[in-house]
Amino acid sequence: MSVLLVAEVLAGQLNKDSTAKALTAAAQLGAVDVLCASGGCGAAADELAALQGVNKVLCADDASYEYAMAEPMAALILSVADQYEHIVFPATTSGKNIAPRVAALLDVMVISEVMAINGPAEFVRPIYAGNAIQTVTTADAKKVMTIRTASFDSAAEGGSAAVESMAVVACDAPVAWVSNEVQESDRPELTSSDIIVSGGRGVGSEENFALIEALADKLGAAVGASRAAVDAGFAPNDWQVGQTGKIVAPQLYVAVGISGAIQHLAGMKDSKVIVAINKDEDAPIFQVADYGLVADLFDAVPEMTAAL
Amino acid sequence: MAEEIERDVMEFDVLIVGGGPSGLSAAIRLMQLAQESEQEISVCLVEKGSEIGAHILSGAILEPTALNELIPDWKEKGAPLNTPVGAEKIMFLSETGAVSTPQMFMPPAMHNHGNYIISLGNFCRWLGEQAEALGVDVYPGFTAAKTLYNADGSVKGIQTGDMGIQRDGTPGPQYEPGMELHAKYTFFAEGCRGHLGKALKAHFDLEKDVQPQTYGIGIKELWEIDPAQHQPGLVVHTAGWPLKPDTYGGSFLYHLEDNQVAVGFVVGLDYKNPYLSPFEEFQRFKTHPKIRATFEGGRRISYGARALNEGGLQCLPKLTFPGGVLTGCDAGTLNMPKIKGTHTAMKSGMLAAEAAFEALQENAESPAAELTAFTEKFNNSWVYDELSAARNVRPSFKWGLWVGTLLTGIDQVLLRGKAPWTLQHGHSDHETLVHKDKAAPITYPRPDGKITFDKLSSVFLSGTNHEEDQPIHLTLKDASVPVATNLALYDGPEQRFCPAGVYEYVEDESKQDGSQRLQINAQNCVHCKTCDIKDPTQNIVWVTPEGGGGPNYPNM
Amino acid sequence: MKILVPVKRVIDYSVKARVKSDQSGVELNNVKMSINPFDEIAIEEAIRLKEAGTASEVIAVSIGIEKTQETLRTALAMGADRAILINATDSVDVDIEPLAVAKLLAKVTAEEAPGMVILGKQAIDNDMNATGQMLSALLGWSQVTYASKIEVDGDTLNVTREVDDGLQNITAKMPAVVTADLRLNEPRYVKLPNIMKAKKKPLEMKTPEDYGIDVSPRLAVQSVVEPPARAAGIKVESVTELLDKLKTEAEVLS
Repeated sequence: MSVLLVAEVLAGQLNKDSTAKALTAAAQLGAVDVLCASGGCGAAADELAALQGVNKVLCADDASYEYAMAEPMAALILSVADQYEHIVFPATTSGKNIAPRVAALLDVMVISEVMAINGPAEFVRPIYAGNAIQTVTTADAKKVMTIRTASFDSAAEGGSAAVESMAVVACDAPVAWVSNEVQESDRPELTSSDIIVSGGRGVGSEENFALIEALADKLGAAVGASRAAVDAGFAPNDWQVGQTGKIVAPQLYVAVGISGAIQHLAGMKDSKVIVAINKDEDAPIFQVADYGLVADLFDAVPEMTAAL
Repeated sequence: MAEEIERDVMEFDVLIVGGGPSGLSAAIRLMQLAQESEQEISVCLVEKGSEIGAHILSGAILEPTALNELIPDWKEKGAPLNTPVGAEKIMFLSETGAVSTPQMFMPPAMHNHGNYIISLGNFCRWLGEQAEALGVDVYPGFTAAKTLYNADGSVKGIQTGDMGIQRDGTPGPQYEPGMELHAKYTFFAEGCRGHLGKALKAHFDLEKDVQPQTYGIGIKELWEIDPAQHQPGLVVHTAGWPLKPDTYGGSFLYHLEDNQVAVGFVVGLDYKNPYLSPFEEFQRFKTHPKIRATFEGGRRISYGARALNEGGLQCLPKLTFPGGVLTGCDAGTLNMPKIKGTHTAMKSGMLAAEAAFEALQENAESPAAELTAFTEKFNNSWVYDELSAARNVRPSFKWGLWVGTLLTGIDQVLLRGKAPWTLQHGHSDHETLVHKDKAAPITYPRPDGKITFDKLSSVFLSGTNHEEDQPIHLTLKDASVPVATNLALYDGPEQRFCPAGVYEYVEDESKQDGSQRLQINAQNCVHCKTCDIKDPTQNIVWVTPEGGGGPNYPNM
Repeated sequence: MKILVPVKRVIDYSVKARVKSDQSGVELNNVKMSINPFDEIAIEEAIRLKEAGTASEVIAVSIGIEKTQETLRTALAMGADRAILINATDSVDVDIEPLAVAKLLAKVTAEEAPGMVILGKQAIDNDMNATGQMLSALLGWSQVTYASKIEVDGDTLNVTREVDDGLQNITAKMPAVVTADLRLNEPRYVKLPNIMKAKKKPLEMKTPEDYGIDVSPRLAVQSVVEPPARAAGIKVESVTELLDKLKTEAEVLS
């Protein structure tokens, strides 16, 4: 039996990054049909059809799926669930909202945040905020799961799958979308940003943190700080990354003037790429950094900002 | 700010500050006595740790004497005494070798037959359950922030710490004022260098007839080791390397159950060299050729540190004052040659409980203000006899390891502690550091991340956590002293004696002249109290942070 | 309106989880356990609704070992009125799965007839993030996840949700299952006299059999290991080289 991947499509817009990564995972399980449901999602369906590894795209174009509310989405998925052994979602807030509902309605357990697939019924996932990695097998006939997108590469372009339209399933939805609020700040949220620039005590003062912020703004990144920098009063509390602060896993984490105490590493070690800029070449941060630059941050950071 | 507010009040017969062996034993004993005589008694115990056992750290070998008296059926009740002491070894280490002391020359106090290797934290968790089952109101997560006094000068009780005070000292949105706990008797059982105990000693001048207390810092790690290296029940003590002979201290290495080994290092806080780092000495100790193999292929699972009393009988303060008593290590009942304080602390708590119960029986409404009967009971107990026999051991080491060992041999093996003299300790520990220009800097090896570690990765394993937005609980009497004196004269010894990386001298960016300032990372504090003891200027005053803060030791 | 608040007993968030050497799981013995932080937020929200006069009674419910009573006492000390413990296992190492939990909670909900269920968005031990969604599905109630603000307006719930790219406002018909996100509120400190009072509040002991629910797991844990250590990468000589590597090699900058 094949795999159903539920694409993330909100207000007609495909979240291509997360969906394409989940597609890579889903393709390890079998032939993948992709469900594309939203209002005015024809273009999104075409985008999905152009991804490699897609067998076909099922397009449910209806206003009731506009913002992917869990109730109508689950009803829709259930209408085709008997054709699939695996039902896969990207582990976004939307995917994680819908998947457990689908699982419960199918009377199966959900498997959240899958980071590796060992076989059709064996999955690897993080527990305890990534401090432990669990391998589970499931006895359920149908497997409903969300895919931790940071663990998989995006599926490539170049596919040419057929797009089939799919019947809408009537659902008396008890939840109605009202509005989305755009972030007030121009800067992205620390916990959801793709790029984070963090400063440590090496930054030296609250004023010097402007260097960090300038680089972050140039990169469209969120700003973080180590506990030492927060304790020293250089940065506000809610910027703190680490064991007692926020746990982050961006695509790119730039640690500037951060020594790399284990408490800090606990909060960012799952970042895809870590860059460290520190003048102390023995700083522990270099032990986890993919790219280390031994340099005075007061030279290197402005140079980097200017070069971008 | 906090002075004007009206605080809630709760009244008890007996209030106990601290959920360690002495406080919990006192609570249990009070309830037992009340049950035996079919009387009602209200006993409240507050503990600053997030749970009973969270702040408890010890070796530990338990001599079950006091436990046998307190809870004779402890085995049936599931007390976590799982590993009887088996083989025992004492080694004097040189840099590359080791000489073991034959069993016959080991002082009797160091024989551990019949004792158990335990986690004192787990033992206290169990005692806490026993106390609760007997009806004690046990409140972990609440600090005793200050002592309250009656108009007649007697102790009225304590005020619990305010919760939700922000870094700048103002109440935050979750502010919850502490409350007043009043009792006919308040037992201060905070452990070594309790911050209220310290103030009470000064307030009532309890140490006027005794020598200044001396202390040690004990640093401990818990390891899970290669099963091939594991010998359940094995007890190893060492003296000598890496410490110089003029520094008192040594190690312990106890093999528990489940391939676990407790390893620790104690350094007397009367050491002289400001460049000495007890933490680094401990790390270096583990690399000794005779020691290292134990840890090869193993995994460190916990870390912590705690100061301990070493003074013994000649430093024991007056135990009572109107309205309260000091028990256990808050008073200083540890037996140094045995390196054990649990049984004596428990017994002192039990004796205080008996004294208080008798006084309440005589007059429940207004019992005698001062529990002098506690002192009498204490002086007539085996605790006193033990401490008396032990009294000359620690002070003999002020002449160094070799003289100390010889004198201890004479005192303990030949005279069995019955020498007709009593040695003096000399100075308080904060007075012993020499100036930096008279001291030789010590270069410690870099941690390898396998056997030896840095401070921050160590603190990480202690589960230490403090609410971030609160005032710094390592207070300075005078903020200029650290740089002007501690740094200028002693090269900032707090950077080295603190085992948790709380104190750092960093460049003061506001001055732009390369001068330094003291950075206090209060969040790292494992509540060991070493800074309060060893700070040469006695400028650092440890006070309680918000309740529940501090380490969360598992199995320590 | 009654509010039901399911809570879970988990390793305290400040304690580092330690994987057992036999790879069977994470060490839970003699480790500080606490109420799941997101559930604590849920309790706080329910109590605030009661203090505001919106709710009449707050019932805390938990599923686990007998010691979970301590967790429920915390909820009671915060201000819940009574508690139910479904003693589903004797072993601290057995984690009852969200599906079984949701089924039990559906039964409790049927018995207690609350107008709302509020619970944490996920437990910080298994990180499943599923119980609320599953319970909503089984009950057929409005599903409201990741709430950072809720407001009861008659038969309607106005909610702000935390979603990946910001905040989303929705309305939901009551009754609803709400899962609490971090910013919903900041829980209060428990007062000492309230801990004392909590000891006297009713705590009902139940078993899964009382509800006719099979709690046997669907997933079998094969192993639990520590995450692989991150290996050190390379040192670059200049900012230019760094940016070049980030663009061409790591492909995280364009």
